[in-house]
Amino acid sequence: MAKENNKTTRDGFGEALVEAATKNSAVVALTADLRESMRLDAFAQTFPDRFFEMGVAEENMVGAAAGLALAGKIPVACSYAVFNPQNAMGPIRTSVCYSKTNVKIIGGHAGISTGPDGATHQALEDIALMRTLPNMIVVVPADYQEAKKATHAIIEHHGPAYLRIGKFPTNAVTTESATFELGRATTLRQGNTVAIIACGTMVSEALRAAELLEKYSISVEVLNMHTIKPFDRFSILELVQQKKLLISMEEHQITGGLGSAIAEVLSELSHHPPLHRMGMLDTFGESGPDRELLKKYELTAEAAVALVLDEL
Amino acid sequence: MVEVFVSLYFKLAEQKADNPSWPERDYVLLSAGHICPVLYATLAERGYFPLSELATLRDINSRLQGHPHLHSLPGIEISSGPLGQGLSQAIGLAMAFQLDKKTNHVFCILSDGEQQEGQTWEAYMYAGSHSLSNITVFIDRNNIQIGGTTDQVLPINPLDEKIRAFGWNTITIDGHSYSAIENAVSDAQESDQPTAIICNTTPGKGVSFIENDFTWHGKPPTESELQRALEELT
Repeated sequence: MAKENNKTTRDGFGEALVEAATKNSAVVALTADLRESMRLDAFAQTFPDRFFEMGVAEENMVGAAAGLALAGKIPVACSYAVFNPQNAMGPIRTSVCYSKTNVKIIGGHAGISTGPDGATHQALEDIALMRTLPNMIVVVPADYQEAKKATHAIIEHHGPAYLRIGKFPTNAVTTESATFELGRATTLRQGNTVAIIACGTMVSEALRAAELLEKYSISVEVLNMHTIKPFDRFSILELVQQKKLLISMEEHQITGGLGSAIAEVLSELSHHPPLHRMGMLDTFGESGPDRELLKKYELTAEAAVALVLDEL
Repeated sequence: MVEVFVSLYFKLAEQKADNPSWPERDYVLLSAGHICPVLYATLAERGYFPLSELATLRDINSRLQGHPHLHSLPGIEISSGPLGQGLSQAIGLAMAFQLDKKTNHVFCILSDGEQQEGQTWEAYMYAGSHSLSNITVFIDRNNIQIGGTTDQVLPINPLDEKIRAFGWNTITIDGHSYSAIENAVSDAQESDQPTAIICNTTPGKGVSFIENDFTWHGKPPTESELQRALEELT
């Protein structure tokens, strides 16, 4: 598997956005004073007329994006996820989702691995907020390559979309040639006893946990749930057949995100294995180096291994 | 605001009632969605949908939603109701038309209570600093909102000076005067900046028991009150 360990999902987004805009002249980008950080420099240099610096005003950015969409553009509105969607929730609900305008919301610096900026800048509730909105789709790519494909996919999808990206240099878990389809989870590893369903940065930790558990002869399946909405319930229904334990892993509150989406599917079944949701336990983050924070808040392969050994 | 809607739909805005999505049209965005009954009535009179449908306002399965929905009714350009969201969408349209070198004009109708929303001022700031002269705003300066007069709830004066400070051309008119509305729009077309037309209006004008009484801001008259009002107006 190709290792692109220094590239992030935001890098993949920025590169794919230029590719998509080259193919489709309707693509325009907006940001709220986070051009470089949201990896928009290349876009702004390549398409200066189609790049809009909106200033630190996320509500107006999203509203203007909705207006651009009404005129036939494909606006891509970019800021940190704590500001976009979180500061722009009203316009996203009414101007975007209710009107079904073709707006793409890009939330950067998602998750606790945002690191030293601290809790104010670590979005941990955005998946929950976006998942409840009618007409919205929610995509959380796992690595650089997948972020590129996800960017193309949400731009080709006609309708509101939320793309969650980050600055954490994850291990590559997908390849350039791997298929990516909105709403279809991908099985990255087959296994019989335990299934770990993960999204975003946690996919690489899930794979590492599966490798570590081989030593204990525990067979672990790993599912990359890159699309949280529409949710691939069939992949969950297939998965639960013979498993003894299910684990969800996400850099998000354990309420409202991936773990909750899985629990909703399981709740429709009369019998299913227990689900343990790994994520932020109803708490905010704090400042610190990314890897140390992931360790402290038990969002690592080692934490997953300990959990599996404890539960089985 | 009936005078503004009538002026726009019957004279000033380039529109085609039989082709509401005509790409070359001028856009009329109602940001203050709660005054949609006057928009609906104007659209019906203009032929966007049958007049008979007006009676279904707020009924279940009606296309005339309590606040406008973009896809429910011909002629509606944006969903609105939550205040403060319309002007940003006007800006997005204006940005697109400038990018594509198109001459469509964007009219946007705001309430005065809506001036208390932060998003409105984000939008003023952007449009003024980017000289989006293809936007004209009408502000219904009736000085009432749900909880009392605007001066009681949260004063917004000096409104014209504030908006001008954000880089806009401002014009204050008698909002009930058709000629004043027409002249203001004509002046707006000469400006290199976006224009805000502050329309001084009397809420409930012409109905003695409703005029200037904020408690009528969000409630419909009873059947007998309706008859009294219609008698006073005719």
